Amino acid sequence: MALLSVEDLSFAYRNHPVLSGVSFDVDAGEIVGLVGPNGCGKTTLIKCVDGMLRPMEGRVMLAGQDLGKMHRREVAREMAYVPQSAGNQTASTVFETVLMGRRPYLNWTVSPEDEERVITALDLLGLEGLAFRKVAELSGGERQRVMIARALVQETGVVLLDEPTSNLDIRHQMAVMEVLSRLAEERDLAVVIALHDLNLAATYCHRLMVLAGGSIYGYGAPEEVLTQEMLGNVYGIEAVVKQDLPAPYVVPVRPGQLQEEG
Amino acid sequence: MEKSIVLREGYAHLRKTRTAFIGGLLILLVILIGIAVTLGSAEFTVAESYIAILAGLFPGTFIAPEMADIIVWDYRLHRVLFAVVAGFGLAVAGTVMQGILRNPLASPFTLGISSAAATGASIAIVLGAGFVDGEYLIIANAFLFSLLASVAIYGMARYRGVSSETMILAGIALMYLFSAVTSLLQYIGTAEELQAVVFWMFGSVGKSTWPRLGLVTLVLACTIPYLIYRAWDLNALAEGDEVAAGLGVPVERSMMVFMVVASLITAVIVCFTGTIGFIGLVAPHITRMAIGGDHRTLIPASGLVGAALLLAADSIGRSILAPQILPVGIVTAFLGVPFFIYLFMHRRDA
Repeated sequence: MALLSVEDLSFAYRNHPVLSGVSFDVDAGEIVGLVGPNGCGKTTLIKCVDGMLRPMEGRVMLAGQDLGKMHRREVAREMAYVPQSAGNQTASTVFETVLMGRRPYLNWTVSPEDEERVITALDLLGLEGLAFRKVAELSGGERQRVMIARALVQETGVVLLDEPTSNLDIRHQMAVMEVLSRLAEERDLAVVIALHDLNLAATYCHRLMVLAGGSIYGYGAPEEVLTQEMLGNVYGIEAVVKQDLPAPYVVPVRPGQLQEEG
Repeated sequence: MEKSIVLREGYAHLRKTRTAFIGGLLILLVILIGIAVTLGSAEFTVAESYIAILAGLFPGTFIAPEMADIIVWDYRLHRVLFAVVAGFGLAVAGTVMQGILRNPLASPFTLGISSAAATGASIAIVLGAGFVDGEYLIIANAFLFSLLASVAIYGMARYRGVSSETMILAGIALMYLFSAVTSLLQYIGTAEELQAVVFWMFGSVGKSTWPRLGLVTLVLACTIPYLIYRAWDLNALAEGDEVAAGLGVPVERSMMVFMVVASLITAVIVCFTGTIGFIGLVAPHITRMAIGGDHRTLIPASGLVGAALLLAADSIGRSILAPQILPVGIVTAFLGVPFFIYLFMHRRDA
């Protein structure tokens, strides 16, 4: 059985429908890339899956339980969420920010076990040297790693990330994706990650989900999903997809209009 | 393995620094109380004032110098303690508001709660209208109007969707509205009424009495432990609504509860003191710069900083032009603003 299962999800902001009839499964150990043009509903979908937005129809099943009937604290023990905006300007240190990921388990005091988990996560993400710096002083890439570390100490089976690489240079983008791949494998995590960069998504994700106009256009392995036809229909661009590389590679040629010319 | 020991020690060190900060503040506050009690027209030493305080607490064990007993217990001590409690409460309210709204400018004053209290007091002074009669007219009006302001913020946020932006915008809009009403009342009031309104708005702990001190202390004793108990939720909310929700905090409900508690604390203080604007804004900032943002220690430490600041400001106000007494609201602004700007300009992470 899939760890995360979304069944026929629909959502609207007031009278403006954003998602309709979205269904998909994510297995443990799998990284699913959520792609699609601006405004296609990626962020809304992630928020619905996490239960922050209440879907109008459909439901989200988390390890066999209906998320809508779970307590928020229980959800936070099963599913972690890394939002798009990377961190606030708080006065907290890196250590304490990561420690906050233990909140679903903490009473009031911090146990040595909690500290141990924080230390492990800092180590995994190469943040030990920054542990007592303030998060506000860090670079975008460092801050992003702090947010991921916080999600890890939540010790959930599912991790949702909303464009975690959007503010990073190419090396840091790859570093973040490498860490996620490794963790998905080692800890058997189900990872859902919204991405803009199709090539980055193709390189690191096991499956890609293309969202267009609030419904799923395609869901499958990168080489099945990333096609010239999809790029024309969904993104409105003419592009060449190179299939002779380790992962399919999208080379954009020019935007729009070409469809009409044939 | 060694790295993990270094990290553990780092966190332990952080916690020790915080405990030391709170301990140091407590000692400072006790000293300040002793000094503040000696200030006034009847002169006696700091030692004598401590003995007088102890003599009141443990009759028979300590014997106070003649008169010191009466002056300390009947005239000075409740005022001094009122400054401590009011400073503590305003600072905690400011800490909570800045935390949940994630805005460094959030405070009981900037969210319109103090302005609403001023409007309530003005209505009582100028129009003589209010919810109760007699000597409590002004106080009750100030209290009810400040609660009204928080209910209005609550209502607007409920309608528009609870978020820090809606609460801040609603609060600022209310602040201007209430200021305008107060100005209108000042405009139509007589010269004496105008003077009374202006004097009320200066903010002063001169109207303290033992029962009033007791009431404010009771409200703080009921609310602040609850806030400290929920410190982790405040920590999570300070990181952002989405982060907090992801960590399992029921965001909307928590923000409302925190807002109501902070408003209640503010209301019960400003109805007796008038507007003391600055403490709720600076004390949390100073404390956060000193010991960081963990609300488990930030709340008590910030309260102690607020208490020390307000008591120091009131003591200076009582002595600088003695026998004239300057209202503490004026002193906090004169001393606090340059101090705050200094800290702000010199902090390392700015």
